[in-house]
Amino acid sequence: MRGSVVIVSFFVLGVLVGYFELLPLSVVDNDLAFYALCGLMFFVGISLGNDANTLKRIKKLHSKYYLLPLATVIGTLLGCAVVSPLLSSRSLMDVMAVGSGLGYYSLSSIFITECKGAELGTVALLSNIMRELAALLLAPLLVRYFGKLAPIAVGGATTMDTTFPVIVKFSGKEFAVIAVFHGFVLDVSVPVLVTLFCL
Amino acid sequence: MFVAIGFMLAGGVIGYLLRKKEFKHISKVITGLIWLLLFILGIEVGGNPRIVSGLTAMGVEALIITVAAVIGSAVAALLLWRQIGKKKGHEG
Repeated sequence: MRGSVVIVSFFVLGVLVGYFELLPLSVVDNDLAFYALCGLMFFVGISLGNDANTLKRIKKLHSKYYLLPLATVIGTLLGCAVVSPLLSSRSLMDVMAVGSGLGYYSLSSIFITECKGAELGTVALLSNIMRELAALLLAPLLVRYFGKLAPIAVGGATTMDTTFPVIVKFSGKEFAVIAVFHGFVLDVSVPVLVTLFCL
Repeated sequence: MFVAIGFMLAGGVIGYLLRKKEFKHISKVITGLIWLLLFILGIEVGGNPRIVSGLTAMGVEALIITVAAVIGSAVAALLLWRQIGKKKGHEG
């Protein structure tokens, strides 16, 4: 949680720097962001590749639980499709690109900025921060009304890290393995899904 | 963007091949790059009057998308939860 606050602070700091023109805008005009993004993806890949080893050692899940990441993605995208007509200034693909951030606000906002511009990137940043907050704050309610898998589905790509402790607390310890598996699969899926909806 | 995904895959393969090795500082590098990129995104947003003046409206849009995503995924999780419960029968 503290980490998230620091990340958002960097964004806010950037907004202030841009607004008061403290740095030349040429900082963002060049390809620096793209190179940094490629570097970021490379290192994210290394950490996931390393984790794959841990993942293998996890004892076998009830096979139906393997469907949870898929259910999360389908549910999220259907929800986005339903509300898309309310957002007259955004296309269906735009709304789905934002939704397929799955709570991974740092990566999804950066990706969407690269391919759709800073405006939709900002919507993605805000929306996916809200999703993480929803998973953190609503976990007990989600368990009560939607069952023990709901906090994991709502947590999206964050269930391996930031929302993990809350899931274990409210869904139960036996769901820790599912949360890690779910977060891992969706971490990998976010860049792919976002890119697909940006085409 | 497929280039960036390619970098992730390359990293994944390297991370997996070197799985016996512990990458101690990698999370710090990732955090640092995220800070840099969101700082750059911030500069882009702050330096664009059209985006700044639309921030409130964008917040509302973000909220609508979030509510939809949260309810959609929660309902999908509920359906799967019931399905699993049915299959398990009286075991648990």
